Amino acid sequence: MGEYVLEMNDIVKRFPGVIALNHANLKVRPGTVHALMGENGAGKSTLMKCLFGLYHPDEGEIIFDGKSINDIPNTKAALAMGISMIHQELHPIRYRSVMENVWIGRFPTRFGFVDHDKMYKDTVELFKKIGLNVDPRAIAKNVPPSQLQLVEIARAVSYNAKIIIMDEPTSSLTENEVEYLFKIIAQLKSEGRSIIYISHKMEEILRISDDVTVMRDGKYVGTWLAKDIDQDFIIKNMVGRDLTNRFPIKDQEPSSEVVLEVKNFTAAAKRSFVDVNFQLHKGEILGIGGLVGAQRTELVEAIFGLRALASGQLYKNGRQIEVKSVRDAKKNGIALLTEERRQNGIFGILSILDNTVIAAQQSFAHMGILDNAKREPAASQSCQELKVKMPNLATPIKNLSGGNQQKVLIARWLLTNSDIIIFDEPTRGIDVGAKYEIYTLMLDQVKQGKSIIMISSEMPELMGMSDRIMVMCEGHVTGFVDKENFDQVEIMRLASSFKK
Amino acid sequence: MSSVIKRSSYYKGLAGIGAAILLLGIGLYFASIRTLYDLPVLMVLLGIWITGVNAYRVAKPGVETADIEFNRKTINNFLTNYAIIIAMVVLVVVICVIQPRFMQVRVVLDIMTQSSTKLIIALGICFTLIIAGCDLSAGRIVGLAAVVSTSMLQTQDYANRFFPDLAQLPLFVPIITAVLICMLFGALNGFLVAQYEMHPFIATLATSVIVYGACSLYFDLPPNNSQPIGGVRPDFAALGQTKLFQVGSFPGVSVLIPIAAVITVVIWFVLNKTVFGKNVYALGGNREAAVVAGVNVYATNLFIFVLAAGLYGIAGVLEAARTAGATNQYGQGYELDAIAACVVGGVSLMGGIATVSGIIAGVFVFTIITYGLQFISVSPMWQQVIKGIIIATAVAIDMGKYRKKN
Repeated sequence: MGEYVLEMNDIVKRFPGVIALNHANLKVRPGTVHALMGENGAGKSTLMKCLFGLYHPDEGEIIFDGKSINDIPNTKAALAMGISMIHQELHPIRYRSVMENVWIGRFPTRFGFVDHDKMYKDTVELFKKIGLNVDPRAIAKNVPPSQLQLVEIARAVSYNAKIIIMDEPTSSLTENEVEYLFKIIAQLKSEGRSIIYISHKMEEILRISDDVTVMRDGKYVGTWLAKDIDQDFIIKNMVGRDLTNRFPIKDQEPSSEVVLEVKNFTAAAKRSFVDVNFQLHKGEILGIGGLVGAQRTELVEAIFGLRALASGQLYKNGRQIEVKSVRDAKKNGIALLTEERRQNGIFGILSILDNTVIAAQQSFAHMGILDNAKREPAASQSCQELKVKMPNLATPIKNLSGGNQQKVLIARWLLTNSDIIIFDEPTRGIDVGAKYEIYTLMLDQVKQGKSIIMISSEMPELMGMSDRIMVMCEGHVTGFVDKENFDQVEIMRLASSFKK
Repeated sequence: MSSVIKRSSYYKGLAGIGAAILLLGIGLYFASIRTLYDLPVLMVLLGIWITGVNAYRVAKPGVETADIEFNRKTINNFLTNYAIIIAMVVLVVVICVIQPRFMQVRVVLDIMTQSSTKLIIALGICFTLIIAGCDLSAGRIVGLAAVVSTSMLQTQDYANRFFPDLAQLPLFVPIITAVLICMLFGALNGFLVAQYEMHPFIATLATSVIVYGACSLYFDLPPNNSQPIGGVRPDFAALGQTKLFQVGSFPGVSVLIPIAAVITVVIWFVLNKTVFGKNVYALGGNREAAVVAGVNVYATNLFIFVLAAGLYGIAGVLEAARTAGATNQYGQGYELDAIAACVVGGVSLMGGIATVSGIIAGVFVFTIITYGLQFISVSPMWQQVIKGIIIATAVAIDMGKYRKKN
């Protein structure tokens, strides 16, 4: 074995119409954490899928453990060779036990029957080894998602792989669990295993990785020692240009006029938000900060009429309004851009046109019959204003990048004449370049006298964009921070301060 | 092997091929070869159609303006996209060779007539498929409409009347009553789906059992006591049996064809040009996103099933008129034929994807194959086997289109 446990040289992968990987390289040293970075669509996931046997490269060679392998036929072969992968999105089998989820595909057997006792013992041992405290017999759906993510990590470890690929492993973890994950990573490293770590979170990358490889547009940009580089250097290489300002400058103060007031909001569901009160001013961006489980999404969904309230009143421009459904919210000019764009934002197979006008259809129809002479120009104008990059309006929205999909969703709600726009993680899964555009669009809206509520889990984004931050913890508002007092430590303290 | 031509020249070329078929047809007509039967006339019609469609495309270019490329990949794509149609054309040619009498205008009209009611049912069921559901009650609702309408439309002097003392009703009263009753059961489907978020499979299964039971009870009422309903009024039977333009040797066009055509146009309009239609696609494309976008999911679900049942009702009435009678067994299994036709016509069971033109093609594929196989005396048992193979093949090819190629 040479210097590297894995070498991927000049990998080329073509899809119809695009070259997803154009001579990508990756060299991983044994016993290191190797961060793989790049904007969305840079080809990181594609490269990893080639390594894990999900895709088959058209050109290039893979040298693993000193042996040259041209093609890894399938994931089973990859696992057998010593490559395992933790996927970005969890797909647990919800109604089976945790241990079955861990050992699926390779259940221990006795006389051809599944040996449940051995499976239980193995799982206990595995969890003990990495210090994970989850009941192996619990049903997966009853285990919190963050714990399941750790189970998934345990599973990847259980293959005794030489290389573990982690694709955004921290996206659904809380602060504490992230620390825990890092401990596991350190342990794996000390056992001589290598980890390929994909993440958008720069702070994490610089903290835990030894080497950093950056990719851009399917091409290899370079590999550096993590200790020699900083955040700006990585971003510069990822986008191929200097990014002096990550946030546009907001040159306008919000007015003192209150457009929306939330009073005594308490959810009908148990263990959700309790007694939330706040005011939103005209032209303001109100950030909502908090950790996973702070019930921020639930709160804004209640404001939008998607969740039932036990008590609470909503005032728009001083007048009390009833929002019991999304249609009520729409009538009152409230819009919500959800966190899970693919799950409950876009209609993937429908055209950009249909996606843009869906919320405002009634205004383009007479007696239920659509007026295309009004619909198409309105959609096209709205998409142009938001600089949506698209071939034409008839293109299915799923063909657009995340950033452009988000712009179409903004266009959708601008067509309903909403003046209060709620963004739930507005730049989640959007690459660095497009993020800036989304921020600019948000500021444009505020300039036009609209008001924004923004949930964000990214501290720089929260502090860079908001005029004021409301911090929540376990369903309670634990404080408001004004712009002049923005301080990461203070916000984190508030976000973890509520004790029952 | 690769060449690129302009889209407009491509359409011009197709129009040219159409014109060639047209001219050849005219030539053959005057050559009057007995063994070709009506082939020249059919060629003329086909030629006019192809020329017309492509001339229109040249005159009014749509959104697609990209040039057409001919290479192995695009040809493969073409072959998979139209595999079933191509297979059908091959089959038709084979049948024509074995039995040249197949090449008659009469045959074409027969096929269209037989497709009419099936098409109406398929158009109803497609709404429920677009929302990634289905409707198992379609066939039984067809039967219900047939029984209810005929029971009130018997001649005064018929011996075994369902309602012996019923006066002569205006034609539309029983028909509308029958369709409305069907829509009521459709509303039950929609209510179960919308209110309890029941899967349409199980909701419509329940309704189908209820409808069959209710229809049988009605059918069993004295004095009828489950005897087939006959003695249908001629003005009602005319609704399904009239032949238009019956002059000379021309067999005439069944009135069912224009009725189905009108309904098809209406449904195309509803699906593509109305808020409701767009909401149906949205609901099928991504239900959760539809909720967040403020689509009235409840009303849309409810109306889908009411509308679908209305179409089954119309099909049932027409079926009764065509056969001049009804029993409670009418319509049995029609829903599966309709679902199969939709699926062969490119409707995705995952929801969100359906075109009216595809459904028309799907219905025709089935009728042509059934009719054609009967024509060359293939046993009904083999016909079933072949039909099954077609469904499986069509869906396998269709899935291949959407599956990612790694």
